[in-house]
Amino acid sequence: MKFVVAVKQVPDTAEVRIDPERGTLIRDGVPSIMNPFDTYALEEAMKWRDELGGTVTVVTMGPPQAEAVLREALSMGADDAILVSDRAFAGADTWATSHTLAATVAQLGDVDAVFFGKQAIDGDTAQTGPSVAASLDWPQITFIGKVRELSKQSIIAERYVETGTQVVQSELPVVLTILKDANVPRIASLRGKMKSRKAKIPVWGLVDLGLTEDETGLNGSPTKVVSTATPEARTGGSIHQGSTEELVVKLADLLLGEGSEV
Amino acid sequence: MDYMLNEDLLGLKEICTEIGDKYILPIRAELDEENKFPREIMNVIAQSDLFTIYIPEEYGGTEMGSLALAVATEELSRYCGGVAVSYAANALGAMPIILMGSEEQKKKYLPQLASGEKLCAFALTESEAGSDAGGVKTRAIKDGDSYILNGTKQWITNGGEAQIYTVIALTDPERGARGASAFIVEEGTPGFSYGKKEDKMGIRASATRELIFEDCRIPAENLISREGFGFMVAMKTLDNSRPGVAAQAVGIAQGALDEALKYAEQRKQFGVKINSFQGLQFMLADMGTQIEAARALTYAAAGLIDSGSKNFNKVSAMAKVFASDVAMKVTVDAVQILGGYGYMKEYPVEKMMRDAKITQIYEGTNQIQRSVIAKAMIKEAKRK
Repeated sequence: MKFVVAVKQVPDTAEVRIDPERGTLIRDGVPSIMNPFDTYALEEAMKWRDELGGTVTVVTMGPPQAEAVLREALSMGADDAILVSDRAFAGADTWATSHTLAATVAQLGDVDAVFFGKQAIDGDTAQTGPSVAASLDWPQITFIGKVRELSKQSIIAERYVETGTQVVQSELPVVLTILKDANVPRIASLRGKMKSRKAKIPVWGLVDLGLTEDETGLNGSPTKVVSTATPEARTGGSIHQGSTEELVVKLADLLLGEGSEV
Repeated sequence: MDYMLNEDLLGLKEICTEIGDKYILPIRAELDEENKFPREIMNVIAQSDLFTIYIPEEYGGTEMGSLALAVATEELSRYCGGVAVSYAANALGAMPIILMGSEEQKKKYLPQLASGEKLCAFALTESEAGSDAGGVKTRAIKDGDSYILNGTKQWITNGGEAQIYTVIALTDPERGARGASAFIVEEGTPGFSYGKKEDKMGIRASATRELIFEDCRIPAENLISREGFGFMVAMKTLDNSRPGVAAQAVGIAQGALDEALKYAEQRKQFGVKINSFQGLQFMLADMGTQIEAARALTYAAAGLIDSGSKNFNKVSAMAKVFASDVAMKVTVDAVQILGGYGYMKEYPVEKMMRDAKITQIYEGTNQIQRSVIAKAMIKEAKRK
């Protein structure tokens, strides 16, 4: 089996604060980590590789320093890694990102399944996985809480959705997005760390993927961020006491304005 | 303090930290309370390749050496001394095979110990043979192409949990210590059974058990080295493992200091944090200084072993004595800093204090270590 896992380097949001004046993230001194949801995608791919044989290739699109998450994935047991990086890719929205990642999967060739985390903790869109499936014209199963069966031909997985559990079968190749219910990610091994430190990670850019500047990065992004704003901090409610009649009048005053008729 | 550990050692330490945070911390109180062996944690340790670090590369190891073993043991001990010794006792059990085993023995046993498929234990102590290893009573009598073992080993760490045991027994009782030999005994051998599981003060996550041999027949090829070399095998093994006990002590002490620092930052009395009081600051300063000194000595002893020196017996004893005394003192002080809370099981420092005590006792009491140190010093002085 040939599996691909797409991972993203994100700021550790547990430590991110927002600049209240500018409404932007203060990224200074905030550690970068592998998107936590991606660790479940990686584990799921490795679990099935261990059972069925084959390889897990981990892919990330980002600036050169995003290589760190690829080394982390290698230390956990991924077989190889590719950094998708080019100045032309900067400023990509989810469409341009998905288009670029789909080109990467196509370039790899003979891929059986692409695993994503359910979403990234920075953008929170949950669009990239599904959008890659659309771009490749492959089927997709999102929000997988459990993969029941996987073979060279097909997959049966449980989707955990708000209304319950859906059991979905699909042919391969397929794009999957994985929930944290699916597994417990393994920790890195010593040999994995030694290997990851020495690994040479290829960098694939615009030319390698046969793309043009019009379809990637900011140029290739149909959506634009117009502005960002920080929601106002919530203030505490108020507590009123009294008889039912008094409180009804008070509530009406608060909701409808002072002196309004009930 | 930065000890300039290389990237492999830092990576090893990171793995231990992750195991500690994810697997040990959530259950250490339960393991302690219920006297429960950390089987699942041993599986995680195996998956992370931690059992490979003291085993040569040609037998499935990563051969990272004594300093690596010290770093790993220390970091695991920061979370739980009982879990850490369950890990480190595997190195102790494997050491006789690594140091003195035949090519066939190494090929047969070391790969399955490196992978963690099987656990290992070292069996020397008996009811009447502790520091005086010459007092061993367990007999091994040659019978054709086998040996027949009879006797009882006591307080064997990983007893009942390990599958491979390295056992010291007398082949020639007339010759005392020089009549001792070392053997490999596998779990399931007829005549080999487990006795009482001990109910201990500390390191309660670790299994400490009797091994009973009743006409236990093992193949003659399970003899390690030669007849009469058992005492030498045991002493070499213990010399090599002593920095491991020192590292365990440093880790336990560090864990206690971390808790004391955290508590002293949160706890307020008389309207201020208690870490603003000079009396408490002096305690913290001494604890930190002693731990750093113990760590430096431990790493130096481990580094000396890794350098290939044969002359590390004194320094390894010094590290064990100093670090274990520091661990006892620091953990007592940590309980003091946490005050009434420190005395309660709800907080981890009382466990650390109980765990620390054993490091002054096992693998040679601190009194016997001091004899070793003094004898070595006197011998060195005479040579000058």
